[in-house]
Formats: sequence, structure tokens, C-alpha cells
Amino acid sequence: MKNNTEAGSAQTLRCSPRSQLFAGAVDTFPLIVGAIPFGIIFGTLAATAGLSFAAAMGMSIFVFAGSSQFITVSLVSAGTAWPMVVLTTFVVNLRHMLYGATMVPFYKELSEPWKMVLAFGLTDETFAVAINRYYKDDALPNKEYYNLGSMLFMYINWNLCTLVGLTAGRAFPEIAGWGLDFAMPATFIGMVIPYLISKPMWASVITAGTVSILAGGLPHKLGLMVAAIAGVTAGVLSEKFLSEKDAVK
Amino acid sequence: MFNINIQMDEIFMVAGMAIVTFGIRYIMFPISGQFQFPPLFERALGYVPPAVLSAIIVPSVLMPTGDTLNLNLTNPYLIGAVTACTIGWTYKRLLVTIVVSMVVFLASQWILKVFC
Repeated sequence: MKNNTEAGSAQTLRCSPRSQLFAGAVDTFPLIVGAIPFGIIFGTLAATAGLSFAAAMGMSIFVFAGSSQFITVSLVSAGTAWPMVVLTTFVVNLRHMLYGATMVPFYKELSEPWKMVLAFGLTDETFAVAINRYYKDDALPNKEYYNLGSMLFMYINWNLCTLVGLTAGRAFPEIAGWGLDFAMPATFIGMVIPYLISKPMWASVITAGTVSILAGGLPHKLGLMVAAIAGVTAGVLSEKFLSEKDAVK
Repeated sequence: MFNINIQMDEIFMVAGMAIVTFGIRYIMFPISGQFQFPPLFERALGYVPPAVLSAIIVPSVLMPTGDTLNLNLTNPYLIGAVTACTIGWTYKRLLVTIVVSMVVFLASQWILKVFC
């Protein structure tokens, strides 16, 4: 009995809030590496696109959504009105609703402030890292600290890189030509690959990718919305078609 | 050095972006207990991340300048993306995928600038 208690406390010590905080941060490291060039280039492009320092910094502080921030900069360069920018941001970030939905059962026990804080940090990267943790090791505690650690690391890094980009971007505008923005498709490709485990998923990805080019000429990045809708439709329809085919057999 | 003046439009824009983004991320927590979503909604939601990510990736790789399609092999974004797909599919290790494809991208960009 005594041995079991000692083993139990040793295990709980390894999963203390503090250790989980660090573990979440450490496991997010590959995604931090992708976010650094991307954050810096966001700051640089925002500076050259005419966004005020406060607006660009405010985006990283209050919105904390890299891909939509990046797309916003190109929309602002094209003179898009702010309501359209907000609408595009909505579509681009809509995938985060799935992240929230997926986390509902795991955050059930947490207080409302905890839920709000963790929800604020539900970026692609933190979701990918945290959900991995929640899916394993069922009995061990303090997973919310793991989630928080990942989020804090991403948040601090993102804001620091934005600041670097905003300041360096004004001083060295040639940074914009270095191609650091490639970090975004590189990271996203790495994140899409795990989804490709079924035919409907392939259909969704291929359709969305193709339509995004066909509709690429549409103003205000509408092509992105059209492609996303097309991709989702393709996924749902092929799922339906394939299951009906199996049912007929 | 820093102009911290901000225009009204920018304030509305950033505030709007912040509200919709946080709203999207948080909304499922208060409402998911209230009613059941139709199964179609949940199934469709599952395809949103790969569809949106793909809709972002493909134009940024094939139309990096924003308007012209560049399917040439001299497009460093394309070279980098093919690398990312290959490495990612083969090794399924995110850090390796990002670092290697970034290096390949930067190298091809440099080589193409120097030799073309």
C-alpha cells in the first residue's frame, strides 16, 4: 500500500502544473520555429503596407491568428474596407471553431476564466500540440497547464516576432524580399498531411486547392471563401457517396 | 520613430477581428451543452481545417506575387512546397518538414537569383 502511494505521488510530481507548463512549451518548439519567420515577416509587411504600429501590434496582441493577420495585410494594401477584412478574417479563422468544439469535453471541469483563456489561445499550433496530450495518458492531471504552456510560448513568441518585424521592417524593408513568408505554407503543409487519411479528406484538400486557384482572381480574397466552401462540400459529398456505394454493396 | 497614431478604421478593424476570432474559438463552450448540432454540421466542420488550410497554402505557393500563376520549376515556393510534401509524407515529423523545406526554399531562391 505504501509503495503504491509513493509511486502515485512520484507520478503526480512529474505532472505538476509547473512541469506540465514547461512540457507544453517544449513540445510546441517545432511550431515556434515555423512561427518565427512568419511573425517577423508579418511585422515587416504590416509596416510597409501602411498599417499603423498600434494596429499591427494590436492584431498580434488581441487577435493572435497568424494566417488571418497575414491575409489582412494584403487586403489592407489593396485598400479593402474594414468590414470586408473582418468578414474575411471570420472565414479564414472559422476552422478554429472545430478546435473549440473538439476541446469541449476536455475543458469540462475547468472554470469559466480558464476556458476563456485557453480558448483565446486556440491557434492551429497550440490545438495540434494540446489535443495530442489530451488524447493520451488519461489519468494524469494538469493537462490544462500543458495547454497553457503551449499557448503562452506561442503568444510571447508571436508578439516578440511581430515587434521585431515592425521595427526591423522600417529599418530594413528589404527583409520583405527574403521570402520568409514561405514559413506559412511550409507549416500548414506539415499540418494538413495528418488529415489525409481518407478519400473524402483527399477530395476536400484537392478541391479546395484547385478552386483556390480558379477563383484566385476574385477580389477581397473571396477566392479563399469559395475554395473553403467547395472543399468542405467536396468532403461531405464524397463521404456520402462512398458510404452509399458501400451500403449498396 | 514609432508613430502610434491609429485611425478609427483601424480600431474598428482590429476590434472586429479580435471579437470574431475569439468568438469563433470560444462559442462552442457555452452553447454545446444547450442543443445537439445536426450531424451534417459536425461532419462538415471536420473538413473545415484541411479545406481552409489548403485554400491558404495553394495560392501562396502557386501565386506568390498575388496575381500571376507560376507553375514553373523555377518557382522557389513550388520547390519548397514539393519538398515539404515529400518530407512531410515520408517522415511525418513536423520540425523536419518545416526546417528542411525552408532551407530548400531559401537555397533555391538564392541559386535562382544568382544564376538566372
